[in-house]
Amino acid sequence: VRRRLRWLIPISAVPVLGLLAYGFRTDPRSIPSPLVGQPAPGFSLPTFTGPPIALEALRGKVVVLNFWASWCHPACYEEAPVLEQGWRAWRERDVVVIGVNIQDTEDKARAFIADFQLTFPNASDASGKVAIDYGLYGVPETFFIDRRGRIGAKHVGAVTAEVFSTQVERLLAEPPPG
Amino acid sequence: MIPELGQGMLLVALGLALWGAGTAAAGAATRRPALVASAQHAALSVFALLTLAFALLTYAFLAFDFSVRYVATNTNLGTPFYYRITGVWGALEGSIILWSWMLGLYTVILLVRQRERARELYPWALAVMLAVLAFFLSVMTIAAPPFARLSPVPVNGRGLNPLLEDTGMITHPIALYLGFTGFTVPFAFAVAALATGRVGDAWLGLTRRWSITAWYFLSLGLLIGGWWSYHVLGWGGYWAWDPVENAAFMPWLTGTAFLHSVMIQERRRMLKLWNVALVILTFSLTLFGTFLTRSGIIASVHAFTQGAVGVFFLTFLALVVLVSLGLLAWRWDALGAQGELDSVVSRESAFLLNNVFLVAAAFTVFFGTVFPLVSEAARGVKVSVGAPFFNQVNVPLFLALVFLMGVGPLIAWRRASRENLRRNFLWPVTVGTVAAAAGWALGIRSALAALALALTTFVAATIALDFTRATRARLRAGERLLPAMGGLLRFHNRRYGGFVVHLGILVIVAGVTGSQAWSVQTEATLQVGETTGLGGYRIRFDGLDSREESNHVRVWGTFTVTGGGSRPTVMQPSKKFYPQETSPIAGVDYRVGLVEDLYLVLGDFTRDGRQATVKVQVNRLVTWIWIGGAVLTLGAALALLPERRRMA
Repeated sequence: VRRRLRWLIPISAVPVLGLLAYGFRTDPRSIPSPLVGQPAPGFSLPTFTGPPIALEALRGKVVVLNFWASWCHPACYEEAPVLEQGWRAWRERDVVVIGVNIQDTEDKARAFIADFQLTFPNASDASGKVAIDYGLYGVPETFFIDRRGRIGAKHVGAVTAEVFSTQVERLLAEPPPG
Repeated sequence: MIPELGQGMLLVALGLALWGAGTAAAGAATRRPALVASAQHAALSVFALLTLAFALLTYAFLAFDFSVRYVATNTNLGTPFYYRITGVWGALEGSIILWSWMLGLYTVILLVRQRERARELYPWALAVMLAVLAFFLSVMTIAAPPFARLSPVPVNGRGLNPLLEDTGMITHPIALYLGFTGFTVPFAFAVAALATGRVGDAWLGLTRRWSITAWYFLSLGLLIGGWWSYHVLGWGGYWAWDPVENAAFMPWLTGTAFLHSVMIQERRRMLKLWNVALVILTFSLTLFGTFLTRSGIIASVHAFTQGAVGVFFLTFLALVVLVSLGLLAWRWDALGAQGELDSVVSRESAFLLNNVFLVAAAFTVFFGTVFPLVSEAARGVKVSVGAPFFNQVNVPLFLALVFLMGVGPLIAWRRASRENLRRNFLWPVTVGTVAAAAGWALGIRSALAALALALTTFVAATIALDFTRATRARLRAGERLLPAMGGLLRFHNRRYGGFVVHLGILVIVAGVTGSQAWSVQTEATLQVGETTGLGGYRIRFDGLDSREESNHVRVWGTFTVTGGGSRPTVMQPSKKFYPQETSPIAGVDYRVGLVEDLYLVLGDFTRDGRQATVKVQVNRLVTWIWIGGAVLTLGAALALLPERRRMA
């Protein structure tokens, strides 16, 4: 029996090689989400600056929900100024940007917010519940939520000014609820 | 003209490599020296042709021959002379030609040095080397031809990736590839051992210095890569657990395991199977690394490109893994151990644990690197694995390895007595504990840093203890102090070379710990004349300037730095705007010190030059990582010296 078993050594390499071959069929940068078109999971989270923030209270507004972490370099560092500019430019038109910090330490998260002088509300998802509800794979990921509270689009990787304006304008163009 | 000539040379080289691999194997199997001699001629010709092709490509770069597609995509008329040379291996096709050239060089060295010494194993090893060369040559003739023609010929090229315009780009790839390709030699001898059934110690003895050389260059390549990342990428770090960094790190881990497990086989006739498996694993991981960088299956900042090359590499990787593991299974019975483990408290078990931890670390790094693929294949979802995973899993393993670094070299073989333990470890443990306590008293509040301090001083103390003891023994024999110490290093160069390498690792560990625990950073937007502060430094923004360089526009800020216990200095971090790039490249300015580096990165600025954002970092103890690299170099050089035994 032992003499046969030794052939398991080379055979055991086959699944690993198969996995690598599978890699050719995939594009590492495209990530579909089954959540698009579904109602955005509700949450209420404490923010770094004061009052808690609840998604339900923002019904009727377009919400840009961004998940980030201070260790997520460079993507989160690239998009932070974009989000801040977007927030300043669109807040008059009922667009809210919310940052959700995950898998991070509080002092590093606070330093990140201070470094980029972020003025939009940033919440801490210390338990990771919200990240799980949104099926998060990594950071940064950004969800664009329409005025009815449904997820209109999901973006993986750093948000660019172009992505921000395209998605937000598209959702603003949809008719308001009721 | 150049494209056809170059491509022709590579094609002929491919034919010769295939011929050589075939005749060497046939010569080994039928014991006909004439066939092996023919293979040797083929090997020498392949190396000559590769050298010519490499020179030709370099000439095409220097002469701006844009009829060669590779030249046109990686250089333009503004590329400075120096970077036209390093640009040769700045992208996929050229990196493979450099790789093959080194492999060819190693093959020739093998031929010259081991032709006479290893009559049984040598022909098989030569066959394996030539087969691997044939693979790389086939990549260059079919999948990624460096001499592909571009028509019509453009008047100017696209230009080199600006991040590669750095002195690190000459040394980093060369060191890394010398490391990667270097592991082909031990692999070739392992396969030769399996093919001939001579799986005893002969192949280990022949490859010891090859393994150390490859390991050393791989270490150097990793360190220079860290240095490049630190001073070019402008994020203030040297290691990010990027898939491609991992790809180079995994063979380093298994290669390190191999260097240690070899000693167990030499001394105790154990782990024969394990050693062969480790060499196969290490070589496969070097191929996996090239595959990962060049296949585009995993998202990475380093990713070279995709396309047919990935399929080539994967096919070859599969061939290597299946054939060599198949050989291993075939020789299973011959690979049984002759010695047995006598006690858990012994040098054997310390080395065994070292191997287990190193391979576990390699496995977790592998797992984290390919997990995005696993997850997508199994559940159809994508994930990315961040630095926290790698740190959480690997930091405890590395700390345990540091501890074993102190235990392994001093503990007794077979079974350590209570007396042996007391004699060797009482003092070092005391010193380590005192150091941690002193560190705590001096204000080190990070438990991890305190533990790292305790462990590094413990290991340093074991080395000091061993060296003093050995020196004393020589003094008692009537030698003077300096000759005694020199003689130790020279006549026991393997042991003390290893110790010096360990010291280098300790210094690196100190640097990594310090930089992780005590570095601070801030970012500030300043008007001209305004000041920001960090870690005792005051940084004043004095204004912006710009200038057109040969192939880019450079904008730099001038900052006057005071504090930090030295005279005011001017620092000028910059941003470089290359026409072929969509975003500017950071030009970091840094002031290096033994205790801390001051590191400035220029961020956004207003067009009128009145306001700029600057990122300031005070990175502590980072310099010790590079110093550790220098110590490691000394140790590896010492270990590589020819062994010399004193005449009786």
